[in-house]
Amino acid sequence: MTALPQATEKKLGLVIDLDTCVGCHACVTACKGWNDQGYGAPLSDQNPYGADPSGTFLNRVHSYSVQPEAGPAQTINFPRSCLHCEDAPCVTVCPTGASYKRAEDGIVLVNEDACIGCGLCSWACPYGAREMDQAAGVMKKCTLCVDRIYNETLPEEDREPACVRTCPTGARHFGDFADPDSKVSRLTAERGGYALMPEMGTKPVNRYLPPRKKDAPQEASLLAPLLDIKATGFAGWLDKVLGKIG
Amino acid sequence: MNPAPSVIVFTVLSGMGFGFLAMLGFGLAGGAGGLAFAAWALGYGLAVAGLVASTFHLGNPQRALLAFTQWRTSWLSREAWAAVVTLLLLAPQALSDWLGLGWGRGFGLLGGAMCLVTVGCTAMIYAQIKAVPRWNHWIVPVQFLVAAGAGGLVLAKGGLWGAVASALLAGVLALGWRIGDRRFAQVGARLETATGLGAVGRVSVFELPHTGGNYLMREMIHIVGRRHALRLRQIAFAMVGPVPVLALLALPPLLAVPVAALCHLGGMLAARWLFFAEAEHVVGLYYGQRGAAVAG
Repeated sequence: MTALPQATEKKLGLVIDLDTCVGCHACVTACKGWNDQGYGAPLSDQNPYGADPSGTFLNRVHSYSVQPEAGPAQTINFPRSCLHCEDAPCVTVCPTGASYKRAEDGIVLVNEDACIGCGLCSWACPYGAREMDQAAGVMKKCTLCVDRIYNETLPEEDREPACVRTCPTGARHFGDFADPDSKVSRLTAERGGYALMPEMGTKPVNRYLPPRKKDAPQEASLLAPLLDIKATGFAGWLDKVLGKIG
Repeated sequence: MNPAPSVIVFTVLSGMGFGFLAMLGFGLAGGAGGLAFAAWALGYGLAVAGLVASTFHLGNPQRALLAFTQWRTSWLSREAWAAVVTLLLLAPQALSDWLGLGWGRGFGLLGGAMCLVTVGCTAMIYAQIKAVPRWNHWIVPVQFLVAAGAGGLVLAKGGLWGAVASALLAGVLALGWRIGDRRFAQVGARLETATGLGAVGRVSVFELPHTGGNYLMREMIHIVGRRHALRLRQIAFAMVGPVPVLALLALPPLLAVPVAALCHLGGMLAARWLFFAEAEHVVGLYYGQRGAAVAG
């Protein structure tokens, strides 16, 4: 059913910390690795070793240069994936019922057996979160690793999305936004987590944490105490004479 | 957006087809006997050819029947229903006109109205998409309906009616371009809102996530030069408006209708190509491609 649930019991999603992300693309690789062999059609590549490689990914890391009013520009790495919107336009446009949002946890999924590959859902998404797999002809998107997070055959610490589990800097967090005491809710509240493109009216669940304010560069040289030495003795006399001649 | 030939041909042919079928349904043209058969066949042919073309871009067309299931929320599903209901409703009217069965015009009037509903549903597939600001406006359904009506009237009536409708269509297209050129700025999506980094400073693209292309870039980021677009707009405007108007008013009727109809078709293909090629998707912001469509 492509009608959106009125409310979901849980609101599972990610917090992405733009202060901590170093842009290593480990989340991209881990995501591709896990989702290439688990849920649904594999994420195919076209011409991967040729001159014009291309492929399906559920997560992409952009890098932006941000120029503050004062001071040098900053590089900010920006992972972009499905935000599991509460008002997901990709779901309602689907003609076949392949796209749906789960009432129990809010995850937006695609039933690939019902997908005709019309591509309309990818047009409806403002965030470019959906990519059509060119080999299978069906729409692929982030599943929040639905086959990991409830998977009791995995050790407990692995029951989170592959991108979160693999992030070496702890820039990605997974949890329930419906619970105000969850890690993701607290992080969002403490650090001023925000939603992307609110003007699109999609009510994303995922939140991004803004980069922290950078320290001001030190005005004085670190060598300052050493530079203030008064010469004495012969050196002092020479200093005085040279000062007079100069 | 990628101007895929299958979707351009689909919307133009089925638009003109349903427009012409509506005129036949309303009894504005068609005559009787062999002439009626030829007219109805042309209408059905255009509409069905368009619908068939629309399946060419599907990744898994063998499951296309599932597209009838989600009419509660999906305009694409509603369009599928509307098209089938329309073609079924008009069939008895076509038989009656062809064979002189005298079944009145009930099916024709109902089917004619459903033709307009179908074209409206097609337009809403595009107009509903907030992520493409140029499409997300009431002018889009107006353009689709006027284009179908003008195409239908040129084929069905020609003469003064066709001329007036063609002039109206040219005006509506021009208005659409005027409104569309401002839509992206009106909606207010910028790289700063897309990344949320506007509070830190001025944002620009430093590095792309991948060196090759991907589905998003091929499907939703299309670059068309400004001079190129302007020339195409002029051609489209002339071919749907002034040229058919002149042909319909100056040429003898037997020659005027085919000339005007072919011009209309050519002009609408150009206009519909622009409808896709000039439409910018907000995902282009993440790739630093906003404004590319008008930069050339």
